This record gives sequence, C-alpha cells and structure tokens, in this order.
Amino acid sequence: MIPLTWYLILSGMLFTIGAVGVLIRRNAIVIFMCIELMLNAVNLAFVTFARQLNSMDGQIFVFFIMTVAAAEAAVGLAIIIAIYRNKATVNVDNINLMKW
Amino acid sequence: MLAGLLFIIMGLITIVCALCVVFQKNPVYSAIFLIQTMVSLAVLYVLLHAQFIAAIQVMVYAGAIMVLFVFVIMLLNLNKTDVEGDYDKLLFQKPSAIILGFILVVMIGVVTLNTVFQGTQGEYTPESISQIGNTQLVGKMLFTKYVFPFEIASVLLFAAVLGAIILAKKQIIKEKEV
Repeated sequence: MIPLTWYLILSGMLFTIGAVGVLIRRNAIVIFMCIELMLNAVNLAFVTFARQLNSMDGQIFVFFIMTVAAAEAAVGLAIIIAIYRNKATVNVDNINLMKW
Repeated sequence: MLAGLLFIIMGLITIVCALCVVFQKNPVYSAIFLIQTMVSLAVLYVLLHAQFIAAIQVMVYAGAIMVLFVFVIMLLNLNKTDVEGDYDKLLFQKPSAIILGFILVVMIGVVTLNTVFQGTQGEYTPESISQIGNTQLVGKMLFTKYVFPFEIASVLLFAAVLGAIILAKKQIIKEKEV
C-alpha cells in the first residue's frame, strides 16, 4: 500500500509545474496546456482523497472537472483562433489591447 | 511492493513529461509530452482503484482534448522563433517565476507532510467497489445524488460548443453581412 501522501505531493508538484509554466511561457497555446496540467493535478488530489475516505464523491467531482475542462478547451482554443485572425500572433506579450 | 515500484516509475515519468511540457520550445512537442503526462496519470488512477476515471482520462483528455490542441497548433502554423522571444518584457520574469514555484512546491510538501487528513469514512472500500463495479457505482451516483449537476454539465457542454462555433466562425458571418 503506497502512502497517499506521496500522491498528494506528486499532485502538488504537477500543479506547481503548471503554475510556473503559465508564468514563464509566452505562447497562448502552451499556457493553455499548462492550465490543463494544473486541472490534472487537482484531479489526482481528488481521486487520492476519494480513495483515502472510501468515498465515490471525489471520483464524481473528477468527472465534472473533466467536463468543464473540455468546455474550457473548446471555447479557449476558439478564442485563440479568433485572436490569431485579428492580430496574427499568439504571443501573450503582444495581446495587450485591454491593458490600461 | 510492485505497486510502489509502479508508482515511483509513473510518478517520475509524469514529472519529467510535465517539465518537458513547460520547457520545450516547440508547441507540438509540448502537446505530445502533455499526452504522455495524462496517460501516466491514468495509470496512477488505476493504482488508486479509480478504473472508470482512468478510462475517461485516456479517452477524453488524451484523446479528445489533446486532438483539439494539436489541431489548433496545426491550424495556426506558428514558427517557433516568432512566438517565444528571448527577452523578458517584465524584468526577471522567468527566474522569479521559478523561485516562486520552488517556494510553492516546498510549502505544499511541508503542509502535506505535517497534516493528518481526517474525515468521515464512506462506505465504498476497494473491496465493496470491486464487488459492484467501479463504473456501475459512478453511474448510480451520477443519476441519483448528482443528477442535477449532471444535467447542468450537459447544458454547459452545449453552450461551449455553440460558443466555440460562434467565436471561430466570426469572419465568415462578417463576410455574409457585407
């Protein structure tokens, strides 16, 4: 039996890698992938706690997170395509129209 | 013992691939490494007795969502030098981000190791789940306790599909109006 703390630490490391990726990358698509990475880290934590507490609710939550992630990916990538049409770039440093 | 070894191997693969997602210059390589990360996470879900979640992780994440990503990368046809400039627009953005990330991971580790996680134990032990079946239990929960969120999720997906079509079709509608 693997200690469940290991899973939580792995989940924390994955979440941190995703957060660092959002901070250091400029490509909007890669930033999007890093957000997916963070969602996956949270899913791992949910499944770990569901296993620890002998409950199914955590797994149901993962199901809903995946639904939201799919919706988010569809809309987000459509937004990226729309931005690329207008500005011919996906570099987030150049997309600063709404910056005051 | 075997499960522990498998956990260490899959955990290492997950971490290395996640790091590659962040530090690869080419977005296509990032996408491929992200697929590998998701597949190895599916193995970890199997180790945690969540077989159904593992299956939909492979099908929905590694299958559907990542195909969408690769499609968009292909559609935009980016040359990599164009996107990732070598300069930092904000001063010391990359080093400070990495330092902050290191602090975050240390904090998560300290908190996780020093907390005793307690809660009311549910009725679904791995033995009882294997008697009924993981997928059957998930289905039962979805259509009894979580039936309202389930319906909301279907409306959300419908709205997302409509929104994606509207956003991506903008140009064509404009041409028609003209």
